Amino acid sequence: MALLQPVSNLTLFASLEVGKHWDWNLAGFNVHGETILATWVAMSVLIILAWMGTRKLSRVPDGLQGFLEYGLGFMSNIAREQIGVKAYKSYTPLIATIFLFVFSANWLGQIPLRAFVHFPEGEFATPSNDVNTTLGLALIAILSFFYAGFRTAGLNFFKVFIMPNPLFLPIKIIEVFARVLSLTFRLFGNILAEELVLGVLILLVPFFVPIPLMVLFLFTSAIQALIFATLTAAYVGEAIEEGHHAIEPHHD
Amino acid sequence: MEIAIAGSVIAAGLAVGLAAIGPGIGQGNAASSAVEGIARQPEAEGKIRGTLLLSLAFMETLTIYGLVVSLILLFVILPGFKG
Repeated sequence: MALLQPVSNLTLFASLEVGKHWDWNLAGFNVHGETILATWVAMSVLIILAWMGTRKLSRVPDGLQGFLEYGLGFMSNIAREQIGVKAYKSYTPLIATIFLFVFSANWLGQIPLRAFVHFPEGEFATPSNDVNTTLGLALIAILSFFYAGFRTAGLNFFKVFIMPNPLFLPIKIIEVFARVLSLTFRLFGNILAEELVLGVLILLVPFFVPIPLMVLFLFTSAIQALIFATLTAAYVGEAIEEGHHAIEPHHD
Repeated sequence: MEIAIAGSVIAAGLAVGLAAIGPGIGQGNAASSAVEGIARQPEAEGKIRGTLLLSLAFMETLTIYGLVVSLILLFVILPGFKG
């Protein structure tokens, strides 16, 4: 019974600090300080890795350069599978950036930095357990959907929303919003769920038992990054394909 | 006020519990088909595993939506009732 007492105490349970943030006021905007700091840490890890890997480029890649080239091949493979061989090269940077950022942000949360870095409010966790980060990424994904469509078909891209029949217009509009919503909550919910499960487990058994679960969560957060990048690429690919249909409707 | 608090806690439990039913069945189907596929064609194991993991994550998302609803109930709506 004494073991279960911490869980029944709701204030201690809430000390997982869901939704508590260190508020900053930047030029009239209310922003979450710890999310911004964690975002910059995740970004600078990527920037430093890329800088170190490309400092001494050699024709036969080895060490870090070889690793980075393997990663680039992996990510351009995602883009090529979803977007198609013709247009994937100009969208590979977008897909790769989204994948790398989500990946490093998710893994940043698995490093127990919160034990060493203390903020007045909130804690040093992954930026993707803040719904604002994932919403921003989802908006980038849906804007690139529209960008790809307009670049392919110009203003004819609006025809996509009334194809094959104007009756489909409300469904197509809802679909766009549903994509933003599902991208947002998929990443946010998965990462937050991992942290909550770990938090509850650490409350119950503080030693050794959470370790296999932590390893599993390293794996699932990498999968979430893969899914986010794959879905963005799929939306871009769909916009390009439907744009081509909008220009030449009889060219099926 | 107690009714509202009790209601939101019960709703939080129901949200994630009910949301787990469908994806549970779906993930079971997907996994059993994948095992069947691997048993029939062991050389395709790598490809099947990759597709399976991706589709499992998609199904898991549906439960996660329920979890998000219950988290909103527990951490946003419930403190509002408690004042």
